[in-house]
Amino acid sequence: MKRILAIAALSLAAAASQAQITPPDELVKNVMLDIQGIIVTDKDLRSGDREKTIGLIEQKALPHFNQVGMTALAVGVHWRKATPEQKQRLVEEFRTLILRTYASSLSAFGDQKFEFRPVKLAPEQDDATVQVRVLQSGSQPILLEYDMQKTPGGWKCYDVRIAGISLVVNYRTEFGIIVRDKGIDGLIDALATKNKSLEGRGSAGK
Amino acid sequence: MICRALLPALVLAAAGCASTGGGDPRDPLEGWNRGVYAFNDAADAAVLKPVAEAYRTVTPEALREAVRNFFNNLDDLWIGTNNLLQGKPADAFSDWMRFAVNSTFGILGLFDVASRGQLEKHNEDLGQTLARWGVGDGPYLMLPFLGPSTTRDTAALPVDWLADPVLTARPIALRNSLTAFRFVERRADLLDASRTLEEASLDRYVFLRESFFQRRRNLIYDGRPPRERPPVE
Repeated sequence: MKRILAIAALSLAAAASQAQITPPDELVKNVMLDIQGIIVTDKDLRSGDREKTIGLIEQKALPHFNQVGMTALAVGVHWRKATPEQKQRLVEEFRTLILRTYASSLSAFGDQKFEFRPVKLAPEQDDATVQVRVLQSGSQPILLEYDMQKTPGGWKCYDVRIAGISLVVNYRTEFGIIVRDKGIDGLIDALATKNKSLEGRGSAGK
Repeated sequence: MICRALLPALVLAAAGCASTGGGDPRDPLEGWNRGVYAFNDAADAAVLKPVAEAYRTVTPEALREAVRNFFNNLDDLWIGTNNLLQGKPADAFSDWMRFAVNSTFGILGLFDVASRGQLEKHNEDLGQTLARWGVGDGPYLMLPFLGPSTTRDTAALPVDWLADPVLTARPIALRNSLTAFRFVERRADLLDASRTLEEASLDRYVFLRESFFQRRRNLIYDGRPPRERPPVE
């Protein structure tokens, strides 16, 4: 009995480590189709139920983001000057902001068709960009690009570009101006104020 | 006329929120631009956005898609010309094929059958062509009603307009209705994006400017911009 348990545990562990090294292109595809599948079958999500949408993203998408790395890139050169406490606050506030923004754009994420592009990986490669094209009638397809990094916990995303617009670069410019004028604490305050103002809104609806 | 009356007010507003120095080198006219942006924002909130929202509410998605396809189809001829001017004859041919296919089988462009047939939609204009020819952006410009632009793109705009079947349509009444309709339709398409902008940004003006420059660069290089390298110290 013990032996069987041990074998079961081992194979579980093997399955877990297998899951950890899901290639980046496959990972992006799985997560996107998973989220799309859930939205399509859930009326609340389709009509923009905010809390539910945020829960869905927290559960399905967020674990695949390198949140500290993303925040560091967005804060840019000022990151090194921040104290550990400031860094922690920045990561938390930035995470909340991204989450809320993401949630409000997700209700528009219905029955689009995705075209997933395979990524060729060299064995030692630890950085890759995964491209997904969103096809829509009458308009130019929109290219989504996920910059991914291999970590012990699997591939993690550290920047997203939508039609060539990088989230990190956008915020870096914005944050840079605030830090220059008001310092790191000023940036934390600005982010916290922004998040509070978004909290007041009930739904992500139109 | 209204514009002329508003100009002094805009200048005052611009002076009032002039940058504290050390601004973005791409945006030397930031003070002025922010004034125009505030004006656009007010006009949008008062008129355009409510109209676009109403349009979206009363029109079924299938109909909106047909309207979008119709206007986008008219753009394909000029897009093709610009692709040719940029030395991409295959893309130009594809754009003109799109126009031919969609105008006939797609019933005056109401259906985008060409996209289903692997003829992909492109995005080109004279500003992009000039950029490919080596003309720099020039200072960032916020245009009244039209939004973010660069000096180069603004200079190219009148030629784009001359090549625009909607703006050159006659009689004038038809032109005006089509132009207004298209304006509302395009604003309606941006409702989600503008809400995201509002929610995601700490300073909408800066966020929009940065998005604009990245997007524009991406369009100029047809989605494959060269990697920017840090300057050698």
